[in-house]
Amino acid sequence: MRSSPFLKTFVSKAMVFVLPAVFLTLLVVIWQNAAVRQATPIIPGPRTVLLGIAELVRKGLLIRYVVASLFRVSWGFFSAVLVAIPLGLYLGSHRRADRALNPIIQILRPISPLAWIPISILWFGVGDLAATFLIFIASLLPLTVSTTNAVRSIDPTLLNAGRNFGLSGYQMLYLVIYPAVVPQLIVGLRIAVGISWLVVVAAEMIAVNSGLGFLIIDARNSGNRYDLVVVAMLLIGVIGLILDLAIRRLETIPSVRWGFRRTEWQ
Amino acid sequence: MAVALSAATIPLETRAKSKLTIENLGMSFVDNGRTVRVFENIDLNVGEGEFVCILGPSGCGKSTLLNIVGGFIRPTSGTVLIDGEHVSGPDPRRIFVFQERGVFPWLTVEGNIGFGLFKLSKQERRERIRHYLKMVGLDGFENAYPQELSGGMKQRLEVARALAVNPDMLILDEPFGALDSITRLVMRGELLRIWQSERKTILFVTHDIEESVQLADRIVVMSARPATVRRIVEVDIPHPRDISSAAYLRLRDSIFAEIGLAHKV
Repeated sequence: MRSSPFLKTFVSKAMVFVLPAVFLTLLVVIWQNAAVRQATPIIPGPRTVLLGIAELVRKGLLIRYVVASLFRVSWGFFSAVLVAIPLGLYLGSHRRADRALNPIIQILRPISPLAWIPISILWFGVGDLAATFLIFIASLLPLTVSTTNAVRSIDPTLLNAGRNFGLSGYQMLYLVIYPAVVPQLIVGLRIAVGISWLVVVAAEMIAVNSGLGFLIIDARNSGNRYDLVVVAMLLIGVIGLILDLAIRRLETIPSVRWGFRRTEWQ
Repeated sequence: MAVALSAATIPLETRAKSKLTIENLGMSFVDNGRTVRVFENIDLNVGEGEFVCILGPSGCGKSTLLNIVGGFIRPTSGTVLIDGEHVSGPDPRRIFVFQERGVFPWLTVEGNIGFGLFKLSKQERRERIRHYLKMVGLDGFENAYPQELSGGMKQRLEVARALAVNPDMLILDEPFGALDSITRLVMRGELLRIWQSERKTILFVTHDIEESVQLADRIVVMSARPATVRRIVEVDIPHPRDISSAAYLRLRDSIFAEIGLAHKV
């Protein structure tokens, strides 16, 4: 009997979902068994974690903490975008300014954003502003560097073509240079969002009293509630994935698709 | 055949008015402390409405010469005059057509053709776009992005974008080099048709002897680096050119001989 090509594609597409689902179920079963067999029940099993989620929902903390973390990431990230993109566009097209600033950027870049915690608390006090500032610092440098590099790697043919039509400097910037770097900008945004989400958790452990990072530290300090620690970890993972997927959606905008060419065999 | 056209070559009297004058042009650059001479003592006069091919081996500096005429690079010595004015930078009156890589991938076909028309009113813009869309046979593809087009279509799109700003000179750098041989023949015919209906001055760089003999009024044969003008060949065969006629073959073979190639495979 011949298998139909339709059935074949259906099966191979279904496997994309079936394989991870099977593996995940297996893992949860092993986790549950291992948790039950512990001599002293410290690490929570999946059932305890589900109960923990229910508890947070009942107290109205789940939504509040998630929103608090997202709020800080949004402010820090978007203010970094507002500074980094114009700065990167400028540095990418002005060699001299880049020469002057590049050494400073290269020195600041290897410094972990967490090293800024004492100074940001000094400047902004213990609170939202300090946490937001940390996220701003964390995404500013990678975004600036990737924008600068994107401008520098524009095909000179495109720049010459633009200049040929008598464009002014400003027109060149928004009709040629900017659209030419957007695909690489999206890649930079993805990286920066990822870093922001990593940093917000750390910032919330120190500088504030809400959010998913605070939940982890608070749950451990107030009575070793490791079930809530794991709940927070899972939430951080899932929300990070959603943020990444949201930015990847930008790759499907028609005017940027050329930068994400993938070979699709029909 | 693709090169079949009805009109004759431009009569000599319209050629009398000079469009482009290149005098004693030289270009060299310093590489690792050594001076590399790309070309020297180039003299050339191109008349208004004339179709001139610059023919030479790869790396002889044809593209550099073209970039100087386009205003993208400054020469080391000599002068380039267009309409009696010194070339000081790129100018929409002379549009450079790159090997299909010059189309903007973030704009649709329509957006690309209308790119240089930012000074026109919306209505005029739309009419121009429609006109040139039709001329290059891309109607129906207004909203397609370049990545969805074939190489030949992208090349035609770039020509349409160039023509839309109504330049008086087109500068083409091996425009059909990346196309397959059939598309290349079709595109040559299209270019000649456009040239004859729009009366532009055309400066066309190629390393393809056949191509130059099919297209040009005059062929500037260049030597290897440091390049000089070896010979300027007048092609006095009327269009449409019969590419198996004795006159065509004689001219072609004389250029083959000039460059030092035996015409045998």
